[in-house]
Amino acid sequence: MRLLENKRKIRSLREFLYILPFLAIVAIFSYYPLYGWFYAFFDYKPPFPLTWDRFVGFKWFYTMVSNEVRITQLLEVLRNTFAISGISLFFSWFPMVFAVFLNEIKCTKFKKFVQTVTTLPNFISWVLVYSIAYSIFSSTGAVNTVAMSLGLLDEPKVFLASADHVWFKMWLWLTWKNAGWAAIMYIAAIAGIDEELITAAKVDGASRMKIIWHITIPCLLPTYFVIVMLNLANFLSNGFEQFYVFQNAFNKDYIQVLDLYVYNLAMGNGGYSLSVAVSIFKSVVSIVLLCTTNGLSKLVRGQGFI
Amino acid sequence: MSKQKAPRHKMRVGIGDRIISVITYIVYSLFAFVCVYPFYYIFINSISANNLSEKGKVLFWPLQIHFTNYVNVLKIPDLFNALKVSVGRTVVGTVLTVLFSAFLGYMFTRETLWHRKFWYRFVVVTMYFNAGIIPWFITMLNLGLTNNFWGYIWPAVVQPFYIVLCKTFVESVPRELQEAAEIDGAGTLTIFFRVMLPVIKPILATIAIFAAVAQWNSFQDTLLLMTDKRLYTLQFVLYQYINQANSLRGLVNNASGTIDLAASLAKAQTATSIRMTVTILVVTPIILVYPIFQRFFVKGIMIGAVKG
Repeated sequence: MRLLENKRKIRSLREFLYILPFLAIVAIFSYYPLYGWFYAFFDYKPPFPLTWDRFVGFKWFYTMVSNEVRITQLLEVLRNTFAISGISLFFSWFPMVFAVFLNEIKCTKFKKFVQTVTTLPNFISWVLVYSIAYSIFSSTGAVNTVAMSLGLLDEPKVFLASADHVWFKMWLWLTWKNAGWAAIMYIAAIAGIDEELITAAKVDGASRMKIIWHITIPCLLPTYFVIVMLNLANFLSNGFEQFYVFQNAFNKDYIQVLDLYVYNLAMGNGGYSLSVAVSIFKSVVSIVLLCTTNGLSKLVRGQGFI
Repeated sequence: MSKQKAPRHKMRVGIGDRIISVITYIVYSLFAFVCVYPFYYIFINSISANNLSEKGKVLFWPLQIHFTNYVNVLKIPDLFNALKVSVGRTVVGTVLTVLFSAFLGYMFTRETLWHRKFWYRFVVVTMYFNAGIIPWFITMLNLGLTNNFWGYIWPAVVQPFYIVLCKTFVESVPRELQEAAEIDGAGTLTIFFRVMLPVIKPILATIAIFAAVAQWNSFQDTLLLMTDKRLYTLQFVLYQYINQANSLRGLVNNASGTIDLAASLAKAQTATSIRMTVTILVVTPIILVYPIFQRFFVKGIMIGAVKG
């Protein structure tokens, strides 16, 4: 008996040894960087290691709001973050409606085709999206050429290097890239709706709009609710690449969101320490948001989403 | 929507439905057009006469078709090198990610594993936090992974999400399969390579496509980690080309190292033709691989949705 027990123990330890290298990778790339948060409490100059005499406490957190310029900048960044996340949240029903009406199409080939081509942009990078935007909207791009030959414009309109409607344009690009992909989840949920429910409604003479409004949409609401909660939890994280590639001297005041601000601070005049301080501030607010929305979800649905 | 809901006699329901049908077809055709046309537009421009594409004359079909752009673009040494780096990281990264995810997914189902639950959580919880780009950058710097090809690979190969997918899949495989192998005297590793790997192929295909697309598309890591030109990826080089075309006029007065590149671009080809051709080059692998694997990732997201 003892022997068997030992054998089992050795085996369980050996199996642990097999996964140890991978646990080390996780520790190095996911846990170890957390130690970098200390940089926010030091006066860190890149090539030198951290030493205690450079400890500055909460100095960088005060610096964030120390003078007019910094306050204005931070407020501007927060405004952009809130505006872009707000627009996304406001239109978060779009993929659901997209899926619902796509499902109404009878011609299977057309349906498949639409689904395939609208999902494709999700798989290309933001650099490619920017390249496409540049090709279509530059002064010799398709939009300007067509508009000018139709006499709608007298001279090329500048779309990308301009500060007009930046937030809305960013939402449009995000939707162009993601809507088809986001709809897949709803299409699956629609496929799961009880066929009998719909047949019964049809027998009762309900029109298609009525079926959509009274059966399909209510069946999708739980999924939609989770998406909204996730949106809320990620309110401060709009991502980095999209705004990095689309930023230029003209739209900078409107496109700089928190994630981009952190990067620009580190690479620009702010330095690493201030940048890390801003990112800690962001993380703390995000955790609060996540816990709040998870609590909200528990309250409404009876279960959280994390 | 509320307009359509206006009181209507049951007899006329059919007409309302038909109107909705027509509108849906038109709207979805527009959506499809908006998604397809940009790719088509860039493609026809890349094979049309460069002086016409530069002026924006190519809109609906190619004019004076030629394929020299593709030949010439690959002659730019930086670009060919970037292609090699992109292909290299995609192949190496994908193979390792798939293997590691499969192995860890399998190991976390082994009840004999020492403190299995704890280590599983240890890995999965990393999905929910992120130290931020600067601490991550400093870590990579300390590990010597900046200006190093492996900087593209190691941070990406152990992905909790893929591990969860694999674990879920392995759990759905009948236990008898493993038990039978065990009775025959197979060890942990033998069971993995001989029994599990062949069985969980479908989920591995899903993960492979996700990982390959992520590796191919990755841009931020090059931006943060690499200053060595030889390690630039296609995505990064494309981004540089766009921006150089963007400020070509500005570059003339700007005494930076990028001038010769801009000048050589202008000599050989137009900035537009290079940009369009490289774009097609970067997007083609995605478009080629996409329809084949579409069914796989739809399945993948479902498992993720159920689990997540």
